Amino acid sequence: MADLNDQAIFEKVRSIIVEQLGVEENAVALETSFEAMNADSLDIVELIMALEETFGIEIPDEAAEKLLTVGTAVEYIKANS
Amino acid sequence: MFLENRVALVTGASQGIGRAIALAVAKNGAAVAVNHYPGQSDQADLVVEQIAMAGGRAFPVAADVSKRPEVEEMVDSVVKRFGSLDILINNAGITRDQLLLRMKDQDWDAVLATNLNSVFYCTRAALKWMLKSRSGRVVSLASVVGVIGNAGQANYGASKAGIIGFTKCVAREVASRGINVNAVAPGYIRTEMTDRISPQAQDELQGTIPLGRIGTPEDVAGAVVFLVSPAADYITGQVLNVDGGMAM
Repeated sequence: MADLNDQAIFEKVRSIIVEQLGVEENAVALETSFEAMNADSLDIVELIMALEETFGIEIPDEAAEKLLTVGTAVEYIKANS
Repeated sequence: MFLENRVALVTGASQGIGRAIALAVAKNGAAVAVNHYPGQSDQADLVVEQIAMAGGRAFPVAADVSKRPEVEEMVDSVVKRFGSLDILINNAGITRDQLLLRMKDQDWDAVLATNLNSVFYCTRAALKWMLKSRSGRVVSLASVVGVIGNAGQANYGASKAGIIGFTKCVAREVASRGINVNAVAPGYIRTEMTDRISPQAQDELQGTIPLGRIGTPEDVAGAVVFLVSPAADYITGQVLNVDGGMAM
């Protein structure tokens, strides 16, 4: 997964978010916050788990807490996969 | 056949209450994974055979449920075999009775690990799948001992009271996802586990039970089947005492 570019990561993250949170694809941009998408704490946990599974990485709690927008999640994945 | 197309995992299902639950759940249409302690497959195979002969689907799966890796492997194998996991019955449990002053550390640890840690590991692993399908039922076997106590069973009682607290917390966490989490608290039930109580003690016991008899595994299985059926759709975070009225 080390050679995925930003756009590919974003698209994958976006599709996970669409499936998990039931939002429209065009409502998901890099700056969009999870809070704005009405994700509750269980949604976030499921999202984190889906990201871990999809990208083959582990996201410890302290790091997960800081992933407040789609963009920060993409950055984290890029830095850790 | 209201459990048709549902997949159930029953831990500790090779004998006693677990066995009765596995049979009852299968009778109502669910495919059943019959978990047993590693090395004790004979009895589990009999349960699987009994289910198959009645036209149901079942398979045995070995796991020491006090060990997380074995639990996760077990849950994965159930999903691999039957395609999903909709119903989890946390039934596996042991006793190591002793008055507290004489209770050894390892007897405390073993009971907590097998009875309570297992519920944590199994429920966490199963929820992953239930959350994906946004539906599921978890029923854990607590005990009258966890509700009103019993001398000589501080470890057992603690593990069962722990299951009750766990049940309520998790019920609140996942209710929004259509997953109902409940517990059944059996009283004295005639099984391999209780057959080891002396006849005199059994008689004394019977005198304390309002309904005047010791329970059967089927008494408990009936309550469990109710809790995993559509009739219990609006019930979560509850403890159903199946004890002939011992605890009221």
